[in-house]
Amino acid sequence: MNENVKILIVDDELIVRESMKGWLEEDGYHVEVAETAEAALGMIGEKEFDMAFVDIKMPGIDGIELLKRLKDQYSTIDVVMMTAYASVDNAVEAMKVGAYDYLTKPFDPDYVSMMVRKIIARRQLEQENVRLKENIETALKHVHIIGESPAIKAILKQVEEVAVSDTSVLIGGESGTGKEMVARAIHYASPRRFEPLVVVSCGALPEGLVESELFGYERGAFTGAFYKKKGKFEAANGGTLFLDEIGELNAKMQVDLLRVLQEREITRIGSNKSIKVDFRVLAASNRNLKEMVEEGTFREDLFYRLNVFNIHVPPLRERVEDIPLLVEYFISMLRRQTGKQVEGITAQALNKLKQHGWPGNVRELQNAVERAFVTAKGKLITTEELAFLAPEKIPVVTSPSLSLAEIEKMHIENVLKECDYNISMGAKVLGIDRTTLYNKMKKYGIEK
Amino acid sequence: MASKSEEKIILAPVHFPKEILSRHLFETLETIFKRPVYIASPKLDLHPFFDPARDQYQSTAILKHFIKTTPRGESKICLLVKEDLFIPVLTFVFGEAHMYGQFAIVSSHRLREQFYMREENLKLLEQRLLKEIVHELGHTFGLVHCMDDRCVMHNSYTVEDTDHKNVYPCEVCFAKLDEVL
Ligand SMILES: [Zn+2]
Ligand SMILES: [Zn+2]
Repeated sequence: MNENVKILIVDDELIVRESMKGWLEEDGYHVEVAETAEAALGMIGEKEFDMAFVDIKMPGIDGIELLKRLKDQYSTIDVVMMTAYASVDNAVEAMKVGAYDYLTKPFDPDYVSMMVRKIIARRQLEQENVRLKENIETALKHVHIIGESPAIKAILKQVEEVAVSDTSVLIGGESGTGKEMVARAIHYASPRRFEPLVVVSCGALPEGLVESELFGYERGAFTGAFYKKKGKFEAANGGTLFLDEIGELNAKMQVDLLRVLQEREITRIGSNKSIKVDFRVLAASNRNLKEMVEEGTFREDLFYRLNVFNIHVPPLRERVEDIPLLVEYFISMLRRQTGKQVEGITAQALNKLKQHGWPGNVRELQNAVERAFVTAKGKLITTEELAFLAPEKIPVVTSPSLSLAEIEKMHIENVLKECDYNISMGAKVLGIDRTTLYNKMKKYGIEK
Repeated sequence: MASKSEEKIILAPVHFPKEILSRHLFETLETIFKRPVYIASPKLDLHPFFDPARDQYQSTAILKHFIKTTPRGESKICLLVKEDLFIPVLTFVFGEAHMYGQFAIVSSHRLREQFYMREENLKLLEQRLLKEIVHELGHTFGLVHCMDDRCVMHNSYTVEDTDHKNVYPCEVCFAKLDEVL
């Protein structure tokens, strides 16, 4: 969609024109250059440019004068002024005449790209709705929510419905069902899509570093803080904050998070200055948060703040009809990443995949296809490569007399057995990070 | 994997430690771009492109000079340098490439852990370098920046962005690449 955006760069210095054109073209924009204000006026008279970057100091008509004429004759174009030296007088004058913004060279790369995206977002908002549908379609192409089952169609409908607003969304579903994909779809289909999407895996945050990760810190705030660092809250400013495994957040951080959501401002560690933050919150959990609230392990007020809209992602066993499409997608991805010419799967092998229970859901299916792909000898994956999938799964007996810890231990043991004690794969299937898995194995005395 | 013999990728280290260019790096590039990858050391003096006021080297000028002194061909050439790069309007760049062009440049300067006052990590450096090379070469094949932050064509503004993304293009970018390869 970026190639529809037309940008003009006006600067008398060749190297500035060339380098800026190259930089912006990498973002996919259509970029043209002009050496003088006179040339720029001619070009703008012939083509509908969306924005112009204009150097203030140029021989002949200078930047400010060009800005005045543009605002006079072609007022819809957004003009950003550039200068080599910061001069308050120039900046004030430029803004008064109607410049969108004022930049002092050299600029930070992310700052310029962000500014261009902001201008586009604002311009699109003005001609909204026409583009909205198209944006959602582009967004969904990018997040790989794959399937044609009624369940998946319902989720995509919910995503579309909720994306345009700023509502908090709580995404539930078992491990490995693709909750993060749903969060990404919402972000990329929302008006905040030009701003960052920051993902925080609450379960993977190392104890003791949680606060500095989320709030950031000033230089010298503690030993090892050589640089000041933005925290996740600040990094998400303008965009979306996705809190994965929200149920793992400890009691103190629940309070801190609630405060941030209410007050919309944060303070870096080692600072006493508060910083305004504006982001949308999406959260996900494979645990039943409602039950956690009843047990008293999750704050009720925080739960209601997050659960304004609820999306449930069903387990794979409830949408078996999507398995062929998923398998096809994984194989095509693997073929491209490895160059190995495996083109598909036999009908029998596909049957086997459809009959499997998939406790680890899409993620487990992906791992299984990966494993089979690697060992495949011909052009098609056969039942032979899927031998590691036990034909009859021994049902996990969960007697009511077992404690939660005992069930957890059993489940971890089962999953690890299934993965040949491959920790990375086990962690993937369980939906936790490797450190957490190691800690749990130590805690329960699980060994290979 | 048929490709015309002259269509190759050449990595061109300039005063750059070649040891970091592992077998794995070559193989990954060959798989993604479906053509052989070679290494060649061009004679290139970077001094004229040093800007003492900024203590950096101007990447646009380096590329421009290199193009002038290199015969045109079908190969994609990616310069690898240790020096910190900038383009005149920006504070720094990890690399630069010409859209649909033949040339690209990648710097390891800000990919090294030492730059951030952390302990050297060669494995991580290799991984980052590979991602930036794939990214810049992607531009020479006409790929533009991708909104998917896991895709190698997503633009990195910080080394954290680089670490976050994959070595590979996403499905959408791969499909675009398929059209031109
Ligand atoms: Zn790029
Ligand atoms: Zn992509």
